[in-house]
Amino acid sequence: MKLIYRDKTWELRGGMTVRDAIIKVGLDPEAVLALRAGVLINEETILGDDDEIKLVGVVSGG
Amino acid sequence: MAAINLRHHRLRLCSEHLVAWTPKQVARAIVKYRMFAPTDRVLVAVSGGKDSLTLWDVLLHLGYQADGVYINLGIGPAGGYSDLSQAKVEAFAAAHPEARLTVVDLARQYGATVPELVKERRGRHPCSVCGLVKRHIMNRLARESGYAAIATGHNLDDEVAVLFQNTLRWNISYMARQGPVLPEGPGFARKVKPLIRIRERESAAYALVRGIDYIYDECPHAEGAATLFYKEIINQLEARSPGMKESFYLSFLEQRARYDLFRQERQELAMHPCERCGQPTTAPSICAFCRLWLSSAERRRLRDIGQEFP
Repeated sequence: MKLIYRDKTWELRGGMTVRDAIIKVGLDPEAVLALRAGVLINEETILGDDDEIKLVGVVSGG
Repeated sequence: MAAINLRHHRLRLCSEHLVAWTPKQVARAIVKYRMFAPTDRVLVAVSGGKDSLTLWDVLLHLGYQADGVYINLGIGPAGGYSDLSQAKVEAFAAAHPEARLTVVDLARQYGATVPELVKERRGRHPCSVCGLVKRHIMNRLARESGYAAIATGHNLDDEVAVLFQNTLRWNISYMARQGPVLPEGPGFARKVKPLIRIRERESAAYALVRGIDYIYDECPHAEGAATLFYKEIINQLEARSPGMKESFYLSFLEQRARYDLFRQERQELAMHPCERCGQPTTAPSICAFCRLWLSSAERRRLRDIGQEFP
């Protein structure tokens, strides 16, 4: 499974939740949202080996 | 299938319910804090980011007469941050013909971009120049065009981070004024924050689900901002005790009102009209905005004749 955030890409094994995947790559689950094929998916969704997940940052500094 | 978990509310919402839930939260805040009336005209300060476009979308959805103002600050190269943001705002406005968009181009209308002004005033942080410029222009437009209030996209996370920072520094004068509403005063338009009950995660989710095309990039000047660091810490606290953000901020507002805290600091400062633009100022003759542009023009004049600004 592929996790993409800004210019970074991580390859992970499927079978874990979105939240666990985000934590595994060292990001804060509160600070990103996950999209699969452009659709928002919640943090408890279990990811498959072939999934490609795009993470969108939600924290603004202004 | 749930699109988002709102742990602090013990809610799991699908896209459809998120789109219904968000305006309800905004409507509650508008009524609770008496931000504006249903027939009022509101000016939404739009940046092209998730919060301001979400706010504009929600206000229109709720039936408010909400117009937008975008200020192109000239940040980034041509086609860069400011231009991209403007394109997003214009695309949103084009899809909502019931709303009017005013675009103010700082370089074209005033003569310099924010980075140019900052370069001239070495040592001054871009965010302080940017804030000064935006406050002045928005206030002027709101007053001249008869808007009942300026609505900004500040969300719960923004407000919690500011309160956290102000509390750490015991910045009483800011703590006295921080809140969902900054009432109008002589020469000052009312300012409101209708997203006060919405977290930035929820605001971004709403924008994504509604298909609002917003700018993902952060302003390049925000990199390393203290607010980002505070938000990180607050998110860690929130992960341990869900609901901490609401409790910290909303209890602060309640206790301040209940015990009439910081009464002295809330007293109005003596204001008079700026001799140049007429907007209110505490400065003796001309306001900080006019001083900024006068010194900028003078610097450019002196530079053109090979002299240095004193």
